[in-house]
Amino acid sequence: MTNFSELKLNAEKEWAELVNSSKPWVRIGSSMCGQAAGAFGISVAISTQASSRNLDVNIDQVGCIGLCYLEPIVDVLRPGSSRVFFGNVSGDSIDSIIRYIDTGELDHDSGDIIGYLGDQEIEGLSNLKDLKGISLQRRVALKNVGNSVPGNINQYIANDGYQALNDSLEAGKPEDVVKVMQESGLRGRGGAGFPTGLKWSFMVRSPGPVKYILANCEEGDPGAYNDKGILEGDPHMLLEGMLLAGYSTGASNGIVFIRHGHDGPIDRTKEAINQAYSSGLLGKSILGHDFDFDIEVSLTGDSYVAGEETALMESIEGKRAMPRFKPPFPAASGLWGKPTTINNVKTLAYAPEIIKHGEGWFSSIGVNRSKGTVIICLNGDINKPGMYEVPFGLTLGDIIHEIGGGIPNGKSLKITFTFPVLINSSLITFNVF
Amino acid sequence: MSNQNIRDEVNKILSSSTDTTVTVLSCLLLVQDEIGYIPDDAVEEIGSFLKTSINEVWGVATFYTNFRFTPPCANTLEVCWGPTCHLKGAPDLISGVLKQLNLEEEGDSQDRDISVRYNTCLGACQQAPVISVNHALRGNVKVSEISNIIDFVADSNS
Repeated sequence: MTNFSELKLNAEKEWAELVNSSKPWVRIGSSMCGQAAGAFGISVAISTQASSRNLDVNIDQVGCIGLCYLEPIVDVLRPGSSRVFFGNVSGDSIDSIIRYIDTGELDHDSGDIIGYLGDQEIEGLSNLKDLKGISLQRRVALKNVGNSVPGNINQYIANDGYQALNDSLEAGKPEDVVKVMQESGLRGRGGAGFPTGLKWSFMVRSPGPVKYILANCEEGDPGAYNDKGILEGDPHMLLEGMLLAGYSTGASNGIVFIRHGHDGPIDRTKEAINQAYSSGLLGKSILGHDFDFDIEVSLTGDSYVAGEETALMESIEGKRAMPRFKPPFPAASGLWGKPTTINNVKTLAYAPEIIKHGEGWFSSIGVNRSKGTVIICLNGDINKPGMYEVPFGLTLGDIIHEIGGGIPNGKSLKITFTFPVLINSSLITFNVF
Repeated sequence: MSNQNIRDEVNKILSSSTDTTVTVLSCLLLVQDEIGYIPDDAVEEIGSFLKTSINEVWGVATFYTNFRFTPPCANTLEVCWGPTCHLKGAPDLISGVLKQLNLEEEGDSQDRDISVRYNTCLGACQQAPVISVNHALRGNVKVSEISNIIDFVADSNS
């Protein structure tokens, strides 16, 4: 039987040792945005240089802090200092980064230092908190992405991970979890905006024992990569969300549905699932409570329609991804004819924070019927493309001009596409921009 | 590979699967991962392995656009033509790639041993235009770099 307080104690100890260590900690943004900018090569170069100079340093690959236009981003935490960020890192920057790791000396003329994040002011550097791309963000589902190492379950636990699951299991009232989700006002982030708590409540009434929670990571819309960003940057957030959905609705199995070929998100998710099993957070009698839950990954082929909820079930069953007639609805008869709840990856990744903070927290963020935050993939002819999590209520003008830095070469905005069309047109405030 | 060899190979692949849920689609994905394409014999073997009809297996294999039915070249070059990459110059990249490889459209360049595919989104739009060379992403690609990239890829296999 796994004892959560023991797990947490160990994880917190490990985390404290890491951040208070006398060794510098180097984090390299290695999501798909970083990879396309050459992060893997930079990672190898830094590791090679560090070991050839016998530097005692921790080097990790992490997710994306949102400022994708500055990738590859390398940040260095030296003992007792704030995190110093280097951006658009190239082979030429390696020497000055290594010097900073080694001696703490900054080469202010090199031009690749973006600024710092943390309590310790660093002379001559700007605080990244003053950057609109950071200050206008409010990270809930992405709170750990870019900060902790996705392949390390202890770092997730040390940052309050699996706390919401443990508290819910201790309280023993699954109906309360559904209630908090309903009160939160969270609406499905896949596009249709259906109230998540209400969807879960349908599933509670469906007969068991076999019931499925499906996490939809089939981002068919070109230009959207935030589900994959979560799986690459913080896969345990999704797993905990699925566990909460499973516990509160009486489900027995979870499936993460990803398109074949997206190796980064697939590998990270599988690794996280294995870690969760080893820590007693998946499988039989989770954390010693009367709750069993299994999660597996299911891969699909290339097909735009496979992200539609019933087509997705056909695909998991190995057939052509053709949508089914409704009714019956998935909560009555879904995957393999069993009661099923399908949520988008982002939607499920919100659940741990919502449950941890309890009633009234999530619904206090946002505007009108659009509660909480939304993750925006901003790209195209814009100065600062990136993956930004912002509270609802921000205007498209704020997003494009303040966060995105406006249109290159001082040109005026001609047209914007918003995908998925439904969620953006109904949930983001449109002002003249 | 002879037909019998292909059948033996496919059966070896199918019986060593570690998937929790084994379906027509999961088998097809596994075979394409290992062999690089779906040979006719593999369709029959998957059918008998799962005790389902050949029609069912063909139906699934031809539905998803990632399956191919002829052996691929040694290298794969994917060019993204999603909306962001389109805005940032993908059409020029595509015509540059096709010209370099003497192709009319996506397909196999036998003389350089490179299979070219268009992709609707490689998931790194912030670095558009994006290509993927043997599954490694590469962003902010310029038309002027194409010739070098193709030479590098083709040479790495010769």
